[in-house]
Amino acid sequence: MSASPRLAVLGAGHVGPVIARLALAAGWSVAIANSGDPAQLELITELVIPGATPRWAADAVRDADIVVLAIPLHRFLRLDPRLVSGRLVIDAMNYWPSSDGVLEALERDGVGSSEFVAQRLPDATVVKTLNHVGYHDLEEHARPPHSPERRALGVAGDDGAAVDAVAAVIDRLGYDPVVVGGLTQGRVLQPGGPVFGVVLSRAEFERAIRVRATGVHPPAAGETPQERSA
Amino acid sequence: MAFPLQLGLHTFGDLNHEPDGTPQSHAQTIRNVVEQGVLADEVGIDFFGIGEHHTDYFPMPAGDVVLSAIAARTRRIHVGSSVIVLSSDDPVRVFQRYSTLNAISNGRVEVILGRGSSIESFPLFGYDLADYDELFDEKTALFAELLKGGPVTWQGRTRAALRDQNVVPHLESGPFPTWIGVGGNPESVVRAARLGFSLALAIIGGPPERFAPFSRLFAAALDKFGRSPLPVLVHSPGHVAPTDEEARGEFWPRWRETIALISEERGFAIPTEDSFSSEVGPRGALYVGSPETVAQKIAANLRALGANRFDLKFGMPGLTHESLMRNIELYGTQVIPRVRELAA
Repeated sequence: MSASPRLAVLGAGHVGPVIARLALAAGWSVAIANSGDPAQLELITELVIPGATPRWAADAVRDADIVVLAIPLHRFLRLDPRLVSGRLVIDAMNYWPSSDGVLEALERDGVGSSEFVAQRLPDATVVKTLNHVGYHDLEEHARPPHSPERRALGVAGDDGAAVDAVAAVIDRLGYDPVVVGGLTQGRVLQPGGPVFGVVLSRAEFERAIRVRATGVHPPAAGETPQERSA
Repeated sequence: MAFPLQLGLHTFGDLNHEPDGTPQSHAQTIRNVVEQGVLADEVGIDFFGIGEHHTDYFPMPAGDVVLSAIAARTRRIHVGSSVIVLSSDDPVRVFQRYSTLNAISNGRVEVILGRGSSIESFPLFGYDLADYDELFDEKTALFAELLKGGPVTWQGRTRAALRDQNVVPHLESGPFPTWIGVGGNPESVVRAARLGFSLALAIIGGPPERFAPFSRLFAAALDKFGRSPLPVLVHSPGHVAPTDEEARGEFWPRWRETIALISEERGFAIPTEDSFSSEVGPRGALYVGSPETVAQKIAANLRALGANRFDLKFGMPGLTHESLMRNIELYGTQVIPRVRELAA
């Protein structure tokens, strides 16, 4: 990876522009693409993601160190897997049966959405993160390292080097990365899980994950009953 | 401000309870909404909108029928949808229903179109959620054609084609104001501008000013498409009572219960007292408090967002009709004059 990583964000809807702005603030070079002509994204880029470059998806991916998938999962079904062959891919997507429709592959045996994504992208390396904090919260809570107000983002993947690289990205974007394990363990980051849709410090995040794993509520250090009920 | 300042109300037909907590019937809740719309007119509110929903806690699938009762008993207030789920409806029928309401109300109709964040209408009417994007794309484009008046020729995948079709009742004095509800997707903002619809920003969580780039994007996109400027509306939930304490005390338990219900369907977090406090505060999206608190927040956010219209989504399942009537009266007699004063 070069000194200033290049990011390709696929998706210019709710989530993509937010991730793109965080990356630009971290000093990175960011290309953004949707499924069509980049000319249609010029206005959005200029006014909502100033500093990013709208490109065709294939061009954006070709020149990127890391590709972020920020499209609805039902649109992902139409993405040609060859587009991201050999790439490190961050999966920021979620499975919403209420807007994606019911996907049989995800209803069977509780398979995680990122495991499903990885199966469809056999020639890419998939890491799950950036999916469990609301897009409107992501910018609001980004903080520099060591800030007492810093919050955590979970990271999951089956390739250790890729997970480390993405954890470093998350740190630069303004969050404490917490590696939760492989993509199977990454199911804990999904909708309905203990950290989904809540913005937590590292300690709170780790505790929430532990409660889910053991079913036991360990008291947090220094916690009083009042704090706990608040 | 290029457009006049306007302040409206939206309801989803939130199920009312008796003061002792007993739920009222769907039918009584609907009759209450008619009374609420009539009071809104009496106290000088600019717009009364009804949002389409199909649940026990929002029993409001046919808002246009309720609006016609309100229109028949009022003279001044504008009435319309907030929003109608166009994706699972027929644009021709939607046009006909609201064009009829426009006739009954002597031209007081405004329509806010949405793709629907509540998607229970899709299975109900036999639509496939997998077609979510295509349905909204095609149907908004057809609706824009219908609003032009005159015979319509149209072809697409989501309904039967039309060839030189006369669609009645004809509009008496040009198209009624039509808005597209947008939740946070810049591509939807550009679509609204391309089709020539006004922009309704639905802001239901987080700091409202993060939507400011959307107003600028909307203005730039209108310019790019060679269109004149169009107004921007902000929709946010809230509740007004004589004091901050009363407003929060009435609203919070009902808000928590309702969001918890929706969370079960969608997997997101149930609000805590902390998250509620932050949403009610100056950097949040809820307008809950005394008339002064709510007016200050509306004025500040309209300014920050470059918007000229604010529509308060009032009510919440479990609140009483009496509490909603008081909310409406305070909004009309105290909040609106105060916002006008602050904006002057």
